[in-house]
Amino acid sequence: MLRRVLYIDLGRGESAVEEREDLFEEWLGGTGVATQLLLEECPPGADPLSPEAPIVFSIGPLNALFPAITKTVAAFKSPLSGELGESYAGGRLGMALRFAGHEAVVVRGAAERPVYISIENDEVKIKDATSIWGVPATVVGYILRDVETGVGRRSIIRIGPGGERLVRYAGVVVDTYRHFGRLGLGAVFGSKKLKAIVVSGTEDVMVPDPRRYRRIYNRLFKTVVQTDAMEKYHDIGTPININVLNQLKGLPTRNFQDSSFEGAEKISGEVLADNYLFRRVSCAHCPIGCIHIGMLKTSFSREHEFEIRKISYDFELLYALGSNLGVSSAEGVLELIEACERQGLDAISTGVVLAWATEALDRGLVTLQETLGVSLRWNDVPSYLKAIENIVRMENEFYAALAQGVVFASERYGGGEFAMALGKNEVPGYHTGPASVVGLTVGVRHSHLDNAGYSIDQRALKKSLTPEEMVDAIIREDDSRGVYNSLVGCLFARGVYTPENILEALGSVGIEKTEGELEELGRRIFDEKYRFKRREGFDLAEARIPRRFYETVSAVGMIDPETIEEMMRIYRKRRGW
Amino acid sequence: MGSSTEPEETGAPAPAGGAGGEAEGGKPTLGKRKKRRLKVAHPERCIGCLSCMFACSRINAGRASPDRSAIKVKTQGGLEGDFAVVVCRACTDPPCARACPTGALVRREGGGVLLNRELCQGCGACAEACLIRAISQDDEGQTVCCKHCGACVAFCPHGVLEMEEVEEWTGGL
Repeated sequence: MLRRVLYIDLGRGESAVEEREDLFEEWLGGTGVATQLLLEECPPGADPLSPEAPIVFSIGPLNALFPAITKTVAAFKSPLSGELGESYAGGRLGMALRFAGHEAVVVRGAAERPVYISIENDEVKIKDATSIWGVPATVVGYILRDVETGVGRRSIIRIGPGGERLVRYAGVVVDTYRHFGRLGLGAVFGSKKLKAIVVSGTEDVMVPDPRRYRRIYNRLFKTVVQTDAMEKYHDIGTPININVLNQLKGLPTRNFQDSSFEGAEKISGEVLADNYLFRRVSCAHCPIGCIHIGMLKTSFSREHEFEIRKISYDFELLYALGSNLGVSSAEGVLELIEACERQGLDAISTGVVLAWATEALDRGLVTLQETLGVSLRWNDVPSYLKAIENIVRMENEFYAALAQGVVFASERYGGGEFAMALGKNEVPGYHTGPASVVGLTVGVRHSHLDNAGYSIDQRALKKSLTPEEMVDAIIREDDSRGVYNSLVGCLFARGVYTPENILEALGSVGIEKTEGELEELGRRIFDEKYRFKRREGFDLAEARIPRRFYETVSAVGMIDPETIEEMMRIYRKRRGW
Repeated sequence: MGSSTEPEETGAPAPAGGAGGEAEGGKPTLGKRKKRRLKVAHPERCIGCLSCMFACSRINAGRASPDRSAIKVKTQGGLEGDFAVVVCRACTDPPCARACPTGALVRREGGGVLLNRELCQGCGACAEACLIRAISQDDEGQTVCCKHCGACVAFCPHGVLEMEEVEEWTGGL
């Protein structure tokens, strides 16, 4: 297996490949390696949108070799939070990097005018992208497909106008339907005048013992497709959680003013699947096909003429642009999702920002003068569409503030108690209880996927957990996910990749580890990420928790601030801080 | 790596979708068994996971390499478009074999061809002769063609692929 790092310098227009066996040996791959490269490449205190701030991508030793090990990690300094930026995307990028022969890619510097990068095996070209600057993220795909090679085995990742205009929560669209959504990688692309990267390759991956490889492969494949370990993703997909959380009183509604939504059924996974879903597709080398694509058919004349839009939807999007904005029609949510896709914005952050703005207008913190006449109201889809456009254009000071994220906007206009972000990252769709709040606060990238606090809360519904037990569960997930994210596997398949299966899979590709070694690695990776966070000014002691969390009933009842404080104390103690 | 004409053991699990036959396990005994051919039975059910391609290269080439897979799932207009599953249709009068200047390709009983690697020069005449480009050369010039072993069928999660028994395939769609 080729374990190489490809370095690309946009300022100099150069690239070079380095063998970094040491790095992969010690840190396995994926997030372990990406964190090290970020620590190496990013000067302390660097402006996240300056040429000196790097972008790092990495895959791991099992990518393209095992089912559902489909992700690529991106590491960068976040322009939204000012500290660790980390995001994961599926699609075909992991496969394309594997067969291009690069396990990690570092992009340094910034171009003078718009460019895109074409990587085909060892050949790296930096090409002019002036003619596609300003083009929506969705359309960039069509254009580059025609001018680049590698049909069927390549990956095209690109930004939209949101990234170009440096909206702090702009994402990068990967192969049309997947994203590096969170924490503003799109703005980092934009700051480098980097519109897109196309990757393809024809390298082989040899395994030391093909029979052993096939044996473990067959077992894992069977588990992925036949057992109930991934059942949820086979059918309705992640949107099944709309109804589930709504019934539990854990579905954030109208900016967390409620935890259940009277319109939930109308935007539920079931209703979308029955009436809008027309196709499911898959990331490369995952037999599940959890990417749910809805068809939005809108009439534009009386003569039965229609606009057809194909929109991928997931739970988080339906929360952020649905229940959290009080939007109670599937068409409305799909339209808002599509607007984010076109502009290349993170849907969660966009929804949370709009929800805050709606409440701020309602409470008179801002007026129609600031919103430029857009009367933001719950369930008002046309106003939200207009606001998204205004944010990307940064039409005035207010919209420019919204483009900086909800914490920035609330610092300027007030309303911090309902600016729903933790660690400056707009929160995902779970008002499940204290483990979710603490998990998001302490997590390395303040994402629900760091340690799945929401799932610990849901366990607590069945059997009550002490603060200690909840904290221990958070720490276990924090650390074990550092290993899994180094492979780099899809978290939907985490139930399949038990420690035992991970060890066997690694063994079959010639990497012999013990369970103890992996546990230790998980802890060290976590520590390294915190090293970066602290270096860039993050201090857990200053964590800001919006009061709204304590004012709205959650799935496990009202959340008591003292419980949160106690859990934070236990967490710091357990971590030895 | 196994020879080009005899499938290695696949040890493959049964397909999840319930459709299609199992992979050809063990050594087929000639004459006692009807010949089978791979059929793309339900291309519209494809989700583009490429598990079939990985199965083909893993089982027949002993490595992970989409390039060395005899079955290819192509996109038409990216992931927004439909997938096309390209694989040998098991012609009874295979034009690829006729085009081969060295006799490396011979007609397979039940349709399609068998490849004799020692005779193949990697000239690409076979690929030119096949309109659907179901036979190809990898980047080392090695010819890649389907031997209808069925390894991919077992790994298709959505019943796109099936094995069908043929006595004598007479061509046509």
